[in-house]
Amino acid sequence: MGDLQIRNLSQSFPREDGSILTVLDNLNFEVKDKEFVCILGSSGCGKTTLLRLIAGLDRAKNGDIILDGEKIHGTNPKVGFVFQEYSLFPWRTVIDNIAFGLEMKGMGKEERYRIADHYLQLVNLSQFRNSYPSELSGGMRQRVAVTRALALDPVLLLMDEPFGALDAQTRNTLQQELLQIWEKTRKTIVFITHSVDEAVFMADRIIVLTPRPGRLCRIFPVDLPRPRDRTSVDFARVRRDVLDQINRHCSIQ
Amino acid sequence: MVNRVQNRKDRWLGVLGIALALVLWECYAALIVRNSFLLPGPVDVAFAFIELLQKGILLLDFEVSLAHFGVGLGAALLVGIPIGIAMGWNRKADAFINPIIEILRPIPPLAWIPFAIIWFGFTTVSAGFVIFMGAAFPILINTYTGFRSVPRIFVEAGRMLGCTKNRDLIRYIAFPAALPSVVSGIRIATGVGWMCLVAAELFGVSDYGLGKNLWFYYNLHRMDAVVVYMILLGLIGLVIDMAFRHYIDRYFLKWQIGEVA
Repeated sequence: MGDLQIRNLSQSFPREDGSILTVLDNLNFEVKDKEFVCILGSSGCGKTTLLRLIAGLDRAKNGDIILDGEKIHGTNPKVGFVFQEYSLFPWRTVIDNIAFGLEMKGMGKEERYRIADHYLQLVNLSQFRNSYPSELSGGMRQRVAVTRALALDPVLLLMDEPFGALDAQTRNTLQQELLQIWEKTRKTIVFITHSVDEAVFMADRIIVLTPRPGRLCRIFPVDLPRPRDRTSVDFARVRRDVLDQINRHCSIQ
Repeated sequence: MVNRVQNRKDRWLGVLGIALALVLWECYAALIVRNSFLLPGPVDVAFAFIELLQKGILLLDFEVSLAHFGVGLGAALLVGIPIGIAMGWNRKADAFINPIIEILRPIPPLAWIPFAIIWFGFTTVSAGFVIFMGAAFPILINTYTGFRSVPRIFVEAGRMLGCTKNRDLIRYIAFPAALPSVVSGIRIATGVGWMCLVAAELFGVSDYGLGKNLWFYYNLHRMDAVVVYMILLGLIGLVIDMAFRHYIDRYFLKWQIGEVA
């Protein structure tokens, strides 16, 4: 299971001058089990703040995050996270990065390598098993980072613009790979992006936030059949609709 | 390939430089100074070396000095690393300990010699204590800064993967991330500790020792023997540093290869 509910979620930080900066303002939405949801918004709208709250890395000022009927307090092995920046442990080989979470659970070497190898095959990186992250390209690093999060078999996978720093071609490949993995493993995925194209290509539903403070603006279901074709007329139509609505309703007035 | 050939040529230049320096030294000593008390030449030094070797004291000196150095560096590791970790990981510990460290740190290690004698007498520990005072701070400070600059994202990635206890975060995330800094601190500490060695042996903690006998032969006005000890101190220091560079760096920090280059 991987049912996520966000209820009345608000987050704010005190500024140096004593005033209060509201980042997220009373968010309410739901993500169903096995659903792929993209959260879309311009920079500074609190997307990352939202994801960190769901991950349990930070605590919310107000509101609840409920995963499968239980409130989230702190980090939780049922929730995986793929960071935007480079987050692999540079002192561990690829296989030891992927097996890290299993090692923390106290699993023996043989068994955790068996599981890690299985996931490594899923992203076709078996030949880099014993390489250090510094020997990998940016795209390979992010694939390993996805694999590392998957190895603990979380019900919910949170991804914070994981392909944002990659070139367009690599990004397209990784998007397709992620969709294949998602179809095989059937996790609930919450994926943050600022690219409408990426959101329409990946998501079952797109949740759009307003900038500063982040409020819920629109929710678009994307009904295009999979695998999706970026160049199709339908794809272009959906993308235009989403862009249009964002421009009209969700940008700074 | 070109680089390797170039390196071999450059190494020849180094050997040539040393040979030339020896020749100049010998000429200056033998033809201009002409007084082996003021400036013994390399030939005098070589004979002194053979004489000391035949007496069989050099090996004893080496063993005793290494014991002093080992005690000092070992203690510096045992004290410096844990305190550095505590200060680097915990803000309260940092605020609590830092002022004491900052007051003690600028005191020259040799200023501790009177207390070394009073507390430990004329023993190996006493010499080790002086070396410890020189070696502990580089280790402590580098461990501290290493822990301070552990990227937050590694700690958060660890937390997301079920590494949540402080002890585990230090062991599996912060320590390996800080290791390059810790290792370079230890390397600086071996240099400083070795420099403290001569002074630590001057006040008579032992019958042997490279520093002790350097002083002994000075008192006999045997400057050729003094130079033998000076060169030995230099060479052993060099060997320790090279062992560090080639063994420790290659073994513990192999993941960094390629990241720097």
